[in-house]
Amino acid sequence: MGFQRVEIRADGIACRRGERLLFRDFGLTAASGTLTEIVGPNGAGKSSLLRILAGLLKAEAGTVAVVADGRVLGRDDEPPSGLMHYLGHLDALKNPMTARENLAFAARWFGAAHGIDAALERVELKAQGELPVGYLSAGQRRRLALGRCWMIARPLWLLDEPTAALDAAGRALAAELIAAHLAAGGTALAATHEPILAGAAQAMIA
Amino acid sequence: MSAFLALVRRDLSLAFRVGGGPFLGLAFFLTVTALLPLGVGARLNLLGEAAAGFLWVSAALAALLSLDRLFQADAEDGSLEQLALGDLPLEAAVLAKCLAHWLTTGLPLALAAPVLALMLNMPAGGYGALVLSLLVGSPVFSLAGAIGAALTAGLRRGGLLLSLLVLPLFVPVVIFGAGTVTAAINGAEGDAAFLLLAASSLFALVLAPLAGAAALRIHLS
Repeated sequence: MGFQRVEIRADGIACRRGERLLFRDFGLTAASGTLTEIVGPNGAGKSSLLRILAGLLKAEAGTVAVVADGRVLGRDDEPPSGLMHYLGHLDALKNPMTARENLAFAARWFGAAHGIDAALERVELKAQGELPVGYLSAGQRRRLALGRCWMIARPLWLLDEPTAALDAAGRALAAELIAAHLAAGGTALAATHEPILAGAAQAMIA
Repeated sequence: MSAFLALVRRDLSLAFRVGGGPFLGLAFFLTVTALLPLGVGARLNLLGEAAAGFLWVSAALAALLSLDRLFQADAEDGSLEQLALGDLPLEAAVLAKCLAHWLTTGLPLALAAPVLALMLNMPAGGYGALVLSLLVGSPVFSLAGAIGAALTAGLRRGGLLLSLLVLPLFVPVVIFGAGTVTAAINGAEGDAAFLLLAASSLFALVLAPLAGAAALRIHLS
């Protein structure tokens, strides 16, 4: 399976939260098949940067361009949201619904390339499929959210602390999912405090 | 369309699991209707005359009960971002959530209203108008309410502010709704009130998804 080749370019980004200017003149280019780890101290604006790239937050200055198969998609003509999947620091799971039901909704909301069973199996939550998500541990919920990324299979992943709350096996699983995503031609950006993949590009926010 | 229906279904199933679904509103409706005669006393004429207006006010308050959680729950667990980043516009997501809210509040109340009207000794002649006016008018509670709910999505205890925000939006609906029923009871040609009610409903249908989505975008940024 190969993805559409998607590149994301940010140039001269400045981000203001309230009165405070978090960062300015931030630029990066993330090409297809690469992981870019966004690093920086707490409160530096890693999450805000991801939200700007996802189109949730308006940058104070600067431009973001999504390039799909060599064609630059403007923010105005065609929403690039169909090419990306954003995983925030919250898991976006509904506690009263089972793991399977959560994935089923995501599959219908975003469209999915993989089946729900396959996704549960991929993140080793097959046995917990029928449990309400409220009963799962924080790490299991994170796995499920990563399984959702894999199931929806959009070429560009924007991940906010994808390995938060994960144990060693979970971190290995996350790294494996991301590596497979890159191998298929996908693009990934992750705000993180710990290295996820060896050889990943790093973008520092100070 | 599949995504729209998926969201409606998700919200319906959440409403049944967390809030008791339609039974919360119905229980509220029943409780106030059972208490009113005790408060007013056994004055059947008075009760009968006030029944239409009273049921409309109860319907508005019943809708308010669950409105504050309409977007708050999604804002708290991060689902709101996923809704904003879907292929459907956020406006459609707001509309889907309003529809699910109405299906669990407005619709069951409209269907239960005749029974409660009977308990309040509402004069014959108004029953059809009561159900019809509630079916047509109660969507405004969900739609206009969604604007307030979207504005207060990020507030921990937004219920008070929400009530104040939507109160003026509910006023015309209650006036025209109760007016429709009263006109029907009096045998008057009460088309004007009903038409204004329907107009409010259509107006809210167009405006609320736009305003609600705009408010949610502010919350997300």
